[in-house]
Amino acid sequence: MSGKPVLHYPNTRGRMESVRWLLAAAGVEFEEKFLEKKEDLQKLQSDGFLLFQQVPMVEIDGMKLVQTRAILNYIAGKYNLYGKDVKERALIDMYVEGMADLYELIMMNVVQPADKKEEHLANALDKATNRYFPVFEKILNHGHDFLVGNKLSRADVSLLETILVVEERKPDALAKFPLLQSFKARISNIPNIKKFLQPGSQRKPPLQEKDIPSLMAIFH
Amino acid sequence: MSEKPRLTYINGRGRMESIRWLLAAAGVEFEEIFLQTREQLLKLGQDGSLMFHQLPLVEIDGMKLVQCRAILSYIAGKYNLYGKDLKERALIDMYVEGISDLMQLILMFPFSPPEAKEKNIATISEKATERYFPVFEKVLKQHGQDFLVGNRFSWADVQLMEAILAVEEKVPSVLSGFPQLQAFKTKMSNMPTIKKFLQPGSPRKPPPDENYVATVMKIFKLD
Repeated sequence: MSGKPVLHYPNTRGRMESVRWLLAAAGVEFEEKFLEKKEDLQKLQSDGFLLFQQVPMVEIDGMKLVQTRAILNYIAGKYNLYGKDVKERALIDMYVEGMADLYELIMMNVVQPADKKEEHLANALDKATNRYFPVFEKILNHGHDFLVGNKLSRADVSLLETILVVEERKPDALAKFPLLQSFKARISNIPNIKKFLQPGSQRKPPLQEKDIPSLMAIFH
Repeated sequence: MSEKPRLTYINGRGRMESIRWLLAAAGVEFEEIFLQTREQLLKLGQDGSLMFHQLPLVEIDGMKLVQCRAILSYIAGKYNLYGKDLKERALIDMYVEGISDLMQLILMFPFSPPEAKEKNIATISEKATERYFPVFEKVLKQHGQDFLVGNRFSWADVQLMEAILAVEEKVPSVLSGFPQLQAFKTKMSNMPTIKKFLQPGSPRKPPPDENYVATVMKIFKLD
């Protein structure tokens, strides 16, 4: 049995992507078991592997962790990506939670009803450029390479991931944010992250509408 | 200047109630500011007090903390309610996150249209009795200890207690199939800090009513 973490989820970004990012940024190799049909989920459930009958689930260090935040908190803590004390943790948590709100908004766009999609996307992009990105642009005024404590943390990983997801929908999203542009370039060049951004990595592509039905079939 | 944490929200449970519970359970006195108009919220945003222009806001130890989970994690960490190591933390996080999914249904309930209310109560009841409560019933039965994690009072116990009481307000008999949870509820109710929080006159807020819904809609502009 390999010592590597094992990720259980469908072959899509969904709620597992931020876990893939964080493990990759920490330089941790991991395996994936993709749920392809309803029976795959049901088997995990009947085997008692899913505490609340849901995925994501990550097998790591003898535990079967569920709940995305619990998984991310554990990985961040284990691999020293969570700041040096409670106060840095609090900053990191605030930033990460804010970004999670934005990320969720963008990700939810693909499942909006057709007549609401455009307006929903416009709202999400408006929040990105007027509520969230200005906060991080301002923080980076401290002149350090990283958001918190002058050291790479999960907040940096999360910000890069979020920037890229927004840019997929609005390529010029960072036009007014020079510090975020250099942040993006800098963090993308960190070896582990650079590797994750290359083709052939375990990073997943954006969800296509045609893939939604088979995903829904797993969960409903 | 007082050293007590200061909570800014509306005068109702909402997303601040779990924070009130945790501070109270930790025996920490706090002050509260209740917003009554949207202008007050906008002003806080302009002042730079609200990182993402949202509440809750908790001023504590020189920080202006926003985002519930960031606030709760900080309090749990500071007051030793977050387990003794990473693995206990992971358990606590899993339990708290699961319960928070259940609490989300309760949070949204007052805003559902009247015709959906009965169905929503049924959903809350079903999720509580089939997905969430069985997990904690089993955890408590298996280790036979008073507390969920590490034989020690933690954030997970506080969150579970809050959830049990919140669900019971909607489904009074919800614990009928869960003897461990009934015993847990009794034990928690008798812990001095929690007992005090459960008494009239404490900072605990009453269940949401139409007034609360109207205030939320007005101040947060949810229409």
